[in-house]
Amino acid sequence: MTITAALLIAGIMMVALNAYVLLAGADFGGGVWDFLARGPRRKEQRDLISHALAPIWEANHVWLILVIVMLFTCFPTAFSTIAIMLHIPLTLMLLGIVLRGSAFIFRSYGSDQDAPQQRWGRVFAIASIVTPVLLGMCVGAVATGAVGGTTLTASGSFADHFVKPWLTLFGVGVGLLALALFSFLAAVYLTVEAHGTELQEEFRQRALWAAGAVFVIAFGVLAVSWSEAPMVREMLMTGPWALPFQIVTGFAAIAAIAALWTHHYRLARIAAAAQVSFILWGWAAAQYPYVLPPSLTIGAAAAPERTLVLVLWALALGACVLFPSLYYLFRVFKMRRES
Amino acid sequence: MRDLLAARSQMGVSLAFHIIFAVVGIGMPALMVIAEHRWRRTGDAGYLELAKRWSKGTAILFAVGAVSGTVLSFELGLLWPDFMRVAGPIVGMPFSLEGFAFFTEAIFLGIYLYGWDRISPRAHVLAGVVVAASGAVSGIFVVIANAWMNTPRGFTLVDGKFTNIDPLAAMMTPAAFPQTLHMTLAAYAATGFAVAGIHAVMLLRDPRNAFHRRALTIALLIGAPAALIQPLSGDIEARYVAQQQPAKLAAMEGHFHTMRGAPLSVGGFASEDEQRTKYAIEIPHGLSLLAFHELDAEVKGLDAFPRDEWPPVAIVHLAFDTMVGLGSLMALVSAVVLFMFWRKRDIIKERWVMIAVVLCAPMGFLCIEAGWVVTEVGRQPWVIYGILRTADAVTPMPGLIVPFLTFTALYCFLGVIVALLLYQHVLRSPREDETLPRQARAA
Ligand code: HDD
Ligand code: HEM
Ligand code: HEM
Repeated sequence: MTITAALLIAGIMMVALNAYVLLAGADFGGGVWDFLARGPRRKEQRDLISHALAPIWEANHVWLILVIVMLFTCFPTAFSTIAIMLHIPLTLMLLGIVLRGSAFIFRSYGSDQDAPQQRWGRVFAIASIVTPVLLGMCVGAVATGAVGGTTLTASGSFADHFVKPWLTLFGVGVGLLALALFSFLAAVYLTVEAHGTELQEEFRQRALWAAGAVFVIAFGVLAVSWSEAPMVREMLMTGPWALPFQIVTGFAAIAAIAALWTHHYRLARIAAAAQVSFILWGWAAAQYPYVLPPSLTIGAAAAPERTLVLVLWALALGACVLFPSLYYLFRVFKMRRES
Repeated sequence: MRDLLAARSQMGVSLAFHIIFAVVGIGMPALMVIAEHRWRRTGDAGYLELAKRWSKGTAILFAVGAVSGTVLSFELGLLWPDFMRVAGPIVGMPFSLEGFAFFTEAIFLGIYLYGWDRISPRAHVLAGVVVAASGAVSGIFVVIANAWMNTPRGFTLVDGKFTNIDPLAAMMTPAAFPQTLHMTLAAYAATGFAVAGIHAVMLLRDPRNAFHRRALTIALLIGAPAALIQPLSGDIEARYVAQQQPAKLAAMEGHFHTMRGAPLSVGGFASEDEQRTKYAIEIPHGLSLLAFHELDAEVKGLDAFPRDEWPPVAIVHLAFDTMVGLGSLMALVSAVVLFMFWRKRDIIKERWVMIAVVLCAPMGFLCIEAGWVVTEVGRQPWVIYGILRTADAVTPMPGLIVPFLTFTALYCFLGVIVALLLYQHVLRSPREDETLPRQARAA
């Protein structure tokens, strides 16, 4: 594996996607727990969630925009193929993103009365559940090679071209996995946010349940991949990266559960984030060297060298502004309780 | 063809919706920072109340701007995959830089809105300044991308293949400076007058209200200078269009026949069938003078172009006249207002000035919508001027009428809700317990 500019950028895109999943993913998960708020303290649960989200959710979601922009600048063929084949799930996902963001802000700034409050809360929660499932389905469709492998022909039907590539059992499985992972992350983060209150225990239990769900769904997806996504299974089971990735992912998962079990919340947060990141990178490694399996490689999809080099400079420059700002944001809002 | 029309309409609706919030995202942070700065300087709590209220309005509008902008970045591919395949590597650069500007804006807005009692006063004002600056920078980058579509540069076209790609040259196109200047001024003019108009309504009812008086002054100090020089920057734009996109200029002016010493047609209806602009006021030599600053310059008419390269003339001409007409009115009102500020006259006592300010409230936004119709519809049938036709860029996905209608309905719905919320927050008279959003109050 020689490091080319294209590969470097693909790696940075994965880092940005990773950040999106760890940060915005947890925001979606927050919506799930808003939906599932139960018991005598459900109002406190909801308040904790929206309190945790409010200052950071907009910044978190810019990561996705960064990924998209890098995709169309540096891998334009991949972007346009994805945009054609996944038109329907992407459009639905956008509707989810719009409704979620607006509902959240309308709820925070809306009237003090309960009825509209609850209505916006509902919209926020449902959009938080639907959007990650669709995101996962899109990833699943890319991974199976259906997006890169389907060509538009005169004889193919609308369903053959625009529905079947993504609406598969495997795709739904990946969607549910994304939902479970995001909920897990959110619950773990919220145990830290809820420091010193009764809510901490409630979110600890939720986190453990979510970890169980992740476990079950992950095996379900693996089972389905046997018949539906042989390429993915092949790479996950026998590729050169397969074993090390499975070991570290499994280790992180066990560490997260053990830390939750023993009330080491800060540690659980790190382990959970590591687990989710390993799964993501496992997908990337399984798919390497393709951007769009089965045939479009990173090298073949890449934009001209000059564009790539300039984008790398832009990223370096941007990072100098971004990371100090992000550090400041999180220091102001997230590290307070820890000091 | 029906799908193409649906795709164009969806793009137009999404952008027309987004631009409102984007413009507010550029203008409002400036207003709120000035208000806070005054409060820190004078200790006058009225300014604090103003800063907090304005920042609440900004929070609502910014969120809608952020989600509608996300839709747009996907839509570029969902609707125009072949455009992006070609344009991505050439013009992705400003979009990438814009991404970081968004980050900065979103991060510091979070800090500003929720950090009132968490960071030092100076850091808080500074956070607001960063929001205002990065908002303007975001706008500038995306308009640079649009300028490239109008005056594509930075590549060589060999047998339909784009080679020699130079993304930096693609950012420095002839349209870039005129468009970014004009757009940035437009953002301040439109936001400033919209806010001023709202508070002027309240002052007409209750002239002694100090809260609205402060708001009016700050808003006019931002809006009026921008609106005053907007015709000048518009002139710079028109001259680049005359040079680089003569067919667009001809459509804007409803100018059908190539001639020297061309007259300027103001108003009227540009009829493509009859090839003339009916019922217009004609100013002799006006067009030659404005477009090239020469009485007898030759101005190409639409007859210089094949019929299939004409943009929809009637719409472009009407939109252009709307922008220039309303823009001239705003400039006039601005001149009066600034003159009165200079002479230290109290404009609140001059009822007719106040009424004029109220009337100007929606005009900036109308100008912005009309201006973008001129730019975008006037570029048709091209998506990349002279290079790629819109019809060749559209996605092969059928049934585009469905997403078009869905997004249109969604945006109408959101528009209504936002208007209601703003009414609650900005217009209603202040109540003590309302100065912070719910989460911050709980904190
Ligand atoms: C407050 C808003 C506002 C006001 C008062 C004006 N404009 Fe404008 N105009 C815009 C807001 C705008 C805009 C929405 O921002 C556009 C669309 C694209 C752009 O760069 O700016 C625009 C575009 C635009 C174009 C098209 C450029 C192109 O196709 O690239 C021209 C020729 C002018 N303007 C000229 C004028 C003139 C002569 C004005 C005199 C009063 C004027 N504008 C007032
Ligand atoms: C925000 C203000 C803008 C508004 C209100 C606006 C409006 C419109 C409208 C009305 C159309 C349809 C034109 C037609 O088909 O007749 C359109 C098309 C389009 N716009 Fe814009 N536009 C804006 C800015 C931009 C920017 C900044 C970009 C890109 C960087 C852009 C990219 C496009 C593309 C790709 C199309 C489709 C192809 C085409 O019709 O040329 N627009 N826009
Ligand atoms: C094709 C055209 C466009 C695309 C793809 C686009 C994309 C986006 C995206 C993704 C965001 C969200 C950023 C966030 O999450 O904070 C956004 C917000 C913003 N956009 Fe656009 N945009 C377009 C047109 C424009 C135009 C013409 C302007 C003009 C001045 C503009 C100015 C802004 C500003 C200032 C923001 C900051 C957030 C806000 O105030 O709402 N955009 N845009």
